[in-house]
Amino acid sequence: MSRIAARFAALKQEGRGALIPFLEAWDPDAETSMAILRGMPAAGADLIEIGMPFTDPMADGPTVQAAGKRGLKAGVTLARTLAMVRDFRREDEATPVVLMGYLNPILSYGTERFCEDAAAAGVDGLIVVDLPTEEADLLVPPAAARGLDIIRLVAPTTDDARMPLVLNGSSGFIYYVSITGITGTRSATAEDLAANIPRIRRVSDLPVAVGFGVRTPAQAAEVARLADAAVVASSLIDTLAASLDEQGRAGPDSVRLVLDQVRALADGVRGARVAA
Amino acid sequence: MNQPAPKPNSLRTGPDERGRFGAFGGRFVAETLMPLILEVERAYDACRADAAFRAELDRYLKDYVGRPSPLWFAERLTAKLGGAKIYFKRDELNHTGSHKANNCMGQILVARRMGKTRIIAETGAGQHGVATATMCALFGLPCTIYMGATDVERQAPNVFRMKLLGAEVKPVTSGAGTLKDAMNEAMRDWVANVRDTYYLIGTVAGPHPYPAMVRDFQSVIGEEAKAQMQAAEGRLPDAAVACIGGGSNAMGLFHPFLDDPSVRLIGVEAAGRGLDTHEHAASLSRGRPGVLHGNRTYLLQDADGQIQEAHSISAGLDYPGIGPEHSWLHEIKRVEYVAATDEEALAAFQLCTRTEGIIPALEPAHALAHVTKLAPELGRDKIILMNLCGRGDKDIFTVAEHLGVKL
Repeated sequence: MSRIAARFAALKQEGRGALIPFLEAWDPDAETSMAILRGMPAAGADLIEIGMPFTDPMADGPTVQAAGKRGLKAGVTLARTLAMVRDFRREDEATPVVLMGYLNPILSYGTERFCEDAAAAGVDGLIVVDLPTEEADLLVPPAAARGLDIIRLVAPTTDDARMPLVLNGSSGFIYYVSITGITGTRSATAEDLAANIPRIRRVSDLPVAVGFGVRTPAQAAEVARLADAAVVASSLIDTLAASLDEQGRAGPDSVRLVLDQVRALADGVRGARVAA
Repeated sequence: MNQPAPKPNSLRTGPDERGRFGAFGGRFVAETLMPLILEVERAYDACRADAAFRAELDRYLKDYVGRPSPLWFAERLTAKLGGAKIYFKRDELNHTGSHKANNCMGQILVARRMGKTRIIAETGAGQHGVATATMCALFGLPCTIYMGATDVERQAPNVFRMKLLGAEVKPVTSGAGTLKDAMNEAMRDWVANVRDTYYLIGTVAGPHPYPAMVRDFQSVIGEEAKAQMQAAEGRLPDAAVACIGGGSNAMGLFHPFLDDPSVRLIGVEAAGRGLDTHEHAASLSRGRPGVLHGNRTYLLQDADGQIQEAHSISAGLDYPGIGPEHSWLHEIKRVEYVAATDEEALAAFQLCTRTEGIIPALEPAHALAHVTKLAPELGRDKIILMNLCGRGDKDIFTVAEHLGVKL
């Protein structure tokens, strides 16, 4: 069983949803970013999503854009992002790690070689924002051959007629983009989620993670109750960004502040029992 | 649109059903946008098949845009260069001052048929922004134009024009604040407003069906020029030349000639401060294939696949990518792609102004820079057709600055 499947199965036993915190690779520098990654499982991360910085992150709002910019300025590359995961795996064999980013750096690296190196580093899944189902044949075969899940995105605009096409051949979990918008801007209402998550459940048995606009422990708890996992990105990056000095350098409390927030989010998620 | 059925082995049949020209094109967008892209494709297909749509577009093109644009024999320029006869396709005489009006008129009619109530667009030099704002004024639609902050500064007259026309101009500060960043921001707006908003892309790039749709709306340039050339010379030109940023004026000129092998097709990219510097916008000459803004095409990028900033004196050519059909035509070698530097474009700008009494935009000044090299090489019995796709009123401040003149 893959790490992702094993983790969701274990959480199902526990009767709760997952917290998936996000960090952007090398934001604001290699050491800080690595320290945050290392500290996340103990702070309550059930899965971890790592952003692969790209110059033109079209689906991201100002917060994640700025994080990517800091990572690129610090010198991150795709190879260095994979190296982070490789280092993380020396201490943690269980926590699933999913990389999120845009297609061009992966194409530039070479899809075959990237999937091979990512799997070898201990990556479990890939979320590629600008790779819709219609173009997924570019990455699905090399990923599947190495046991990497290509996490499919479903949006509020994905109608019922389209849903089976989008989810055909999906694996790992499903990422529900809960708003029509960019990251870190608005939040979906509980009614939106209650209406949309069953649309996915009717088509797939895979766990459903909800992202875009999940900011507070209360929101994370609500999402984890209605779906299977809550992804929190922009609010963690906001905390990190607020701790940086004027030159964008990490402060003495940067890592602790982010991990404290992960802990608070995890408490929220763990307090929310899934309705039977 | 409604072109005669292509011949077997035609180069004019693309894209395929996945929106690809060879290995290029496609639909690389977030799932949120995908249903909308498919809706645009269905709407465009319906418009294309509808004679009433064609008639409506033709009427607007004739009575509002001012088509057909003339074909001008540049006699003094020809004599000065001492070689091939040079003809200008004068799309700078269109309403709003460039070829952009052809596409905007077509797309806004599509948007209206889709029932969209708000229009957004990106702009570099401001020509597409002005054309979009104009059509929105004509049809009473609210309009938001995304423009890189750097471009807002260097194209102040066009910014004011857009505002006069009632558009909201949003300066974009991410990246280098140029066309690429404006396109990112327009796509972010679209994702957030998918239900009522139509994204009116200004060039032959973006996800399918945009490259094909924009090409079709711009092909009126080449179709007219072909007929006008027959009338003037009784034959086709030996070469057709156009500048290339995203590549819409070039695609519009070239497409009707793709199946005429006697016509050399030459696209002129912006070489900025030189192809061997890092400051140019020559995606085909110096880039490699990748994915940006919804399509697979040649891009300026570093070894890690990060997109590099383009540079050109001309804001309209300042883009690190190029339309996917151009990438395909480059690979199959049907079109030759060359480049002209900022300095060469400035020289051509002045030459055209003084010799023909036409102030060209800095964009077609790049095409003209190549024509000045090509005409003497080709000899007097040959004919060159060049797309003079925009007028230079917007550029006089930039040119003055480069010439050291204070206005």
